[in-house]
Amino acid sequence: MKPLLKTSGLGIQFGGLKAVDEFNFEIGEGQLFGLIGPNGAGKTTIFNLLTGVYKPTSGKILLDGVSLNKKSPTQITQMGIARTFQNIRLFKEMSVIDNVKVGLHHSHEYSLLSSILHLPSYFKGEEKMDQKARELLSVFGLEEFADVKASNLPYGKQRQLEIARALATSPKLLLLDEPAAGMNPTETAELMETIALIRKKFDISILLIEHDMKLVMGICEKICVLNFGTVLAFGSPDEIRNNPEVVAAYLGSEE
Amino acid sequence: MKKKLVKSLILALLMAAIPYIVLTLLMSLGILNSFWSGIIMLCGINIVLAVSLNLATGYLGQLTLGHAGFMAVGAYVSAILSIYYQWPFLLTLLIGALAAALIGIVVGVPSLRLKGDYLCIITLAFNEIIRVIIVNLKITNGSRGLIGTPHETNFTFVYLIAALTIFVVYSIVHSRHGRAIISVKEDETASELSGINITYYKILAFVISAFFAGAAGALYSHYIPVLVPKYFDYNKSVEILVMVVLGGMGSLPGSIIAAIALTVVPSLLISFSNYRMLIYAIVLIAAMLLKHSDAGIALKRMIPFLNKKGKEESL
Amino acid sequence: MDFINQIINGLSTGSMYALVAIGYTMVYGIGKMINFAHGEIIMASSYFALVGISSLGLPPVAAIALSVVLTAALGVITEKVAYKPLRGKGSLEVLITAIGVSYLLQNVFYLIFTSSGKTFPDIMPQGSFHLGGLHITYITLITLIISGVCTGVLLFFIHKTKMGKAMRAVSEDAGAAQLMGINVSSTISLAFAIGSGLGAVAGVIYGAKFSLINPYIGAMLGIKAFIAAVLGGIGSIPGAMVGGLMIGVAESLTISYISSDFSDAIVFGILILILLIKPAGLFGKNVREKV
Repeated sequence: MKPLLKTSGLGIQFGGLKAVDEFNFEIGEGQLFGLIGPNGAGKTTIFNLLTGVYKPTSGKILLDGVSLNKKSPTQITQMGIARTFQNIRLFKEMSVIDNVKVGLHHSHEYSLLSSILHLPSYFKGEEKMDQKARELLSVFGLEEFADVKASNLPYGKQRQLEIARALATSPKLLLLDEPAAGMNPTETAELMETIALIRKKFDISILLIEHDMKLVMGICEKICVLNFGTVLAFGSPDEIRNNPEVVAAYLGSEE
Repeated sequence: MKKKLVKSLILALLMAAIPYIVLTLLMSLGILNSFWSGIIMLCGINIVLAVSLNLATGYLGQLTLGHAGFMAVGAYVSAILSIYYQWPFLLTLLIGALAAALIGIVVGVPSLRLKGDYLCIITLAFNEIIRVIIVNLKITNGSRGLIGTPHETNFTFVYLIAALTIFVVYSIVHSRHGRAIISVKEDETASELSGINITYYKILAFVISAFFAGAAGALYSHYIPVLVPKYFDYNKSVEILVMVVLGGMGSLPGSIIAAIALTVVPSLLISFSNYRMLIYAIVLIAAMLLKHSDAGIALKRMIPFLNKKGKEESL
Repeated sequence: MDFINQIINGLSTGSMYALVAIGYTMVYGIGKMINFAHGEIIMASSYFALVGISSLGLPPVAAIALSVVLTAALGVITEKVAYKPLRGKGSLEVLITAIGVSYLLQNVFYLIFTSSGKTFPDIMPQGSFHLGGLHITYITLITLIISGVCTGVLLFFIHKTKMGKAMRAVSEDAGAAQLMGINVSSTISLAFAIGSGLGAVAGVIYGAKFSLINPYIGAMLGIKAFIAAVLGGIGSIPGAMVGGLMIGVAESLTISYISSDFSDAIVFGILILILLIKPAGLFGKNVREKV
């Protein structure tokens, strides 16, 4: 399979500390991978590198063969990598549907002039965005909340809205940073279904960071285990479960 | 959806026309004397200033203290073109506004790239630089003031420009561009990572804001007999900020009402003038402290136009 | 020789800016906010000293001490009443409040003392001396000495005492410092107290140097010192000192070799240049927001 995203020798240093070092990773189209590791292993840092929030100090990131090293977060998002955040970052004072419409911004272009003059392209664009946003909301059962202020949503729904907003940017690769954090088992089970569903429906690759082992082992095809900023192991859930190094470094200490 | 919008546009036009007709009638019948018509003109100019500042500060979330500086650029550029070149008023107004927008780019590009509070200080500094330059130039007649600008500003022009400003800001806010601008205020990082070019939108909103401040300046310079640089000092910038804060950041009806109130009340209470700035200061502090207190939230519910829902419906 | 003389004058004015800039930088480093009202707090300190000497008849040293204490208290009260309720609520709100406070102080002093300038008593020896062709006023020299001593004491406090260590810890990471048992709230108050106290010294120097004070002197002094803090790298104390001295020298050279009309404009030009070339300033760190 042709790799969608490929990193080679990726690393970043903060002061003298190597937060991520020699991170070599590949994910193909339509694949669903997990990224796990103890706290401070550098998981979120990798997300920050992949989305351009941090600039790598070494190595390369390629999306569809195009280097992302010098691209801004905005450009990277427009090229097809979207993400959610560990601590939810919605546009709190905006309505639920407007949050999604911000994600749709760059794929539905009509000019500033046409919005001021209310030209047909403005109405057409707005109508399309509204339709698309409602479609996305319905995937998560959020359409009834469309006009609610985002900060008034219950916690679990906020996490889902964040995924909907990320999907609105029409990504090829979706990065989910602890999507099940703070959810109860029923909500987590629901989330697992949703993730499986969006992957099929939108035909995208997903990389997720998660602490909930049941979720990771249940839905990921392959898992990358990170420890001290480097890859400790990479393989199928079964391989990871039986890898003695992983058990010692991570699973052993947790379970 | 389109039909609904066309309907509401027609409604808005009607709503805009009625106060114009009523006020014109009252003035031409002499029911409103020249004192009052003067106040009404200043109200209109202040509405342009407050609504345009609201775009940069209320919607975009960037604090600028140079709005009076942009106003000064528009005022002097248009006045000079009128006096020395006798260009038609609306053309000088447009050029004055464009000049203010151009300066807005020069000031905005270095400071808006950065996160944090630099913009506030830079715009304040810029406001001072503009004033110093005007005081030291010959063509502006320095601190003695510019005399002889044709008295072209009338109620119709003021009303038109004010309505245009409100309409443009409203249209931008209710489009994809407006959502992008508001998302920058809400969370810059999340906005960037939703594919929004945040630098572009910061500069865009800032420059549009400066453009209308310039237009307000042109209206002012063609209204007042003597144009003095002192009018455009830091105090004027703060006064406009007070209008935006008092009316509610991100509320257009709020800005309009506050602009009218803060023009009418000081004009009626001359004895109040010593305490005006003190009261402005208290308004700024109290508005911010109340905003996050229980009492403030309760108060907000009681006043419909400060309320988000009410805001959407009333315009 | 004249050039060196101008540099010395610049260093003297600059050391006054540095004292003010330290206040901005400390409050920024520890409280993560720009105290827009800092300039007005310093204006207040000049009036405190003036009242102490002229109305209460205190000897200059006692009046200065009184001014330092009152100004420090004013700084702490401002923080407690206006800024603390908004902590963590967004920088726009804090900034607007700070503008409100700066306006409030300016107008309260305007209502009490009117806008006309008040003569500040001569508390420093007048006159000047010659040193190998240099012409130096006593005020210039004393300003340099006082500023030097103040910053020396401050550096000792920050680096050698327990409270200083707490301040540095809060500046690095307020959350972690709190977990280590440091009282973040009182550390922020302390930063306001020290910043305002040092500012009071600068306020008295200002009065002695220019002999005339009015309620608006804080605005320009504050902006210039802020630019100095940005030049040095906001959050860095050595940066604020170096930045202050550089702004002072730049201003002095502009006044003597270009024009006094444009000295303010040139200082503002410096600010725009730094932000274009090196926004973190000379000694500042580029800090990325945690995602």
